Amino acid sequence: MDFSTSLGLLPPTLLDGAILGLLYATIALGYTMVYGVLRLINFAHGEIFMVGGIAAIELLTFVLIPLGLPPLLMLGIGLMFAACVSAAVALAAERIAYRPLRKRRAPRLVPLITAIGLSLLLQDAVRFIESLFGNFIRPFPAIPSLEGSFELGGGLILSYKSLAILVIGIAMLAFLMLLVNRTKLGQAIRAVAQDPRASTLMGIDVDRVVAATFAIGGALGGMAGLLYALQYGKLDPFAGFIPGLKAFTAAVLGGIGSIPGAMVGGLVLGVMEVMSGTFLPIITDGVIGTDYKDVFVFGLLILILIFRPGGLLGKSVVEKV
Amino acid sequence: MSFTKKLCAALLVGVAAQSPVWADEPNIVRIVTHSPLSGPQSLLGEAIKFGAQLAVEQQAKELADLGFKVVLQPEDDQATPNVGVANANRFVNDAKVLAVVGHYNSSVAIPASEIYSKVGLTMISPANNATQITDRTSTRAVVNRLCGRDDVLGPVAARFATDELKARTAYVINDKSAYGSGLAGAFEKAFRAAGGKVSLSVGIDDKETDFSSILNRAGVEKPDLIFYGGFYPQGGLLIKQMRQKGVAAAWMSGDGVDSVDLQKIAGAANMRDTYFATSSVPVGQLPAGRKFVADYKEKFGKAPEGFSAFAYDSASVALKGIANAVKANGGKLPARSQVAAEVRNVKLDGVTGSIAFNPKGDVLAAKYAVIKAEPSPTDNKVIKILEVAAPL
Repeated sequence: MDFSTSLGLLPPTLLDGAILGLLYATIALGYTMVYGVLRLINFAHGEIFMVGGIAAIELLTFVLIPLGLPPLLMLGIGLMFAACVSAAVALAAERIAYRPLRKRRAPRLVPLITAIGLSLLLQDAVRFIESLFGNFIRPFPAIPSLEGSFELGGGLILSYKSLAILVIGIAMLAFLMLLVNRTKLGQAIRAVAQDPRASTLMGIDVDRVVAATFAIGGALGGMAGLLYALQYGKLDPFAGFIPGLKAFTAAVLGGIGSIPGAMVGGLVLGVMEVMSGTFLPIITDGVIGTDYKDVFVFGLLILILIFRPGGLLGKSVVEKV
Repeated sequence: MSFTKKLCAALLVGVAAQSPVWADEPNIVRIVTHSPLSGPQSLLGEAIKFGAQLAVEQQAKELADLGFKVVLQPEDDQATPNVGVANANRFVNDAKVLAVVGHYNSSVAIPASEIYSKVGLTMISPANNATQITDRTSTRAVVNRLCGRDDVLGPVAARFATDELKARTAYVINDKSAYGSGLAGAFEKAFRAAGGKVSLSVGIDDKETDFSSILNRAGVEKPDLIFYGGFYPQGGLLIKQMRQKGVAAAWMSGDGVDSVDLQKIAGAANMRDTYFATSSVPVGQLPAGRKFVADYKEKFGKAPEGFSAFAYDSASVALKGIANAVKANGGKLPARSQVAAEVRNVKLDGVTGSIAFNPKGDVLAAKYAVIKAEPSPTDNKVIKILEVAAPL
């Protein structure tokens, strides 16, 4: 493959990387917000992402598509449903599994193990439920008018799906920024992140803020689950693990606890991943295949963290959410 | 997973508590099915279990007349080599286990069969196409297989690609499993030998869901064919993303994609120019097969998967081998090595065709079919059937 054709690959690769990165960013927010207020890595967040996505796929497949609603309305209802289901699961996880540990002042490692246990439990609970109704691999149903695509010029093809994901993803991130920076709830979340005890003294109900953080992170995760399924075609009960891990990585890369950091980290990770997947085999003439993209990306991550241990945007500032 | 395990453990404890009835009964023989019953590949693993279960239920009479009750013991290898080996180490201690029908994954079958061979326990494989399964001398006495081999399936696909599809350039992608890379490697070699050009040959992670890196490149290079060595969940996704990206190449794979869910994942509208080569010729088209499909549907409420019929025949072979060994042993419980020897000599007409094994344990002449995958799996058309003798 000569140089100019390789160069022609750059625009679609960047586009695909941006979409993947946007999805990572949305999931990463769930990790980073919870970490911000509780210093807890909620490893079950990948499964919360999966639960919302699968629930929305079921709703689309069995209710919305048979009803024949307009595609954008379907997508909107699906997103709301995914957000509600994931928020409910995240809230339940916080209430049942994490809050008792917090109240009993369990050592920091304990909630981490709980989170891993919760993650496995959710995986197999979903597998069990889905297996009752046939195969548990849930393909994203075809929405005909979303299947098309248009040319952006220069041979760069953008599908309606990808366009929808870009628009919705950016809207979600903007909405979150507004929520955190401009509302009372956002102020409370930032206050708890800075100092939970002082917030209590200021009359903030910390439990409520923590629950709200889980719900918001869960809702974003659930919507990301639906968008992920829309872009890549399917979800199964085990599909949350890898995107969850990558999103967690993105959160650390951006500086865990920092909301802009999660967004930047997600985008950087997504773009690097797709870029290395495309160009590693070309540069090395097939010696290093696409399958080494994660090795390459995580290698870069190690390097970046050596020079910026706090992540790209994470400084040791007090503001943590 | 932990939850399922606990549940299973609880059930096992419950069963064990009631088991003195079995324990005192001397005349029980067990056939183990060993396939993934949980995890992403459990659909096909379950199809293996169901196929064998049907055979045991329909054909237990010969052994019953000899005074033996056949019990099917399903084991879950979770498509994971170390789990398969751990299971094997456990159940070989039960002297009443006389045959294994399994596995689904070659990467599990290879280490697990080393355990079987230590105790002379015969294994009949309904689904493992990797060449090492029967090529190893260490397990030759106990390992048999009813399906075809990768090194034949790959060339069958390559011949079809060059002769019928007139493909000149191809991308070869594999999922890095023993099965996927074996199949893809054999295809690549035969395709090159036939004068084709392989412009990209890559492995992908078996949990990968994003093929955009490969497909963006395919959009520029425009290969005639994309060959995938792997299983249907990713194979289907590859088709879907190919067509979304406007990649017009034909798509071809092996029997790992032979599932009614391939089309569901890929999306019916995307099934254009999609083919797969398989050693499991659709049983519904054979006279004995039609009855099998009907029985299976009635019993389990769903259509059999590609490997169900082979699992059925594997269990038939096991039953026949055990019965012959019992007879040769004067009506007493035979040793495992006797059963293994008798299984190798079994000749019968199964639902997948006439069965006899060569000295390596491969079925003498396996059938291979190239199938065009249509928007609906029930419309899948057999385009070409080849009967190829297993290489010795």
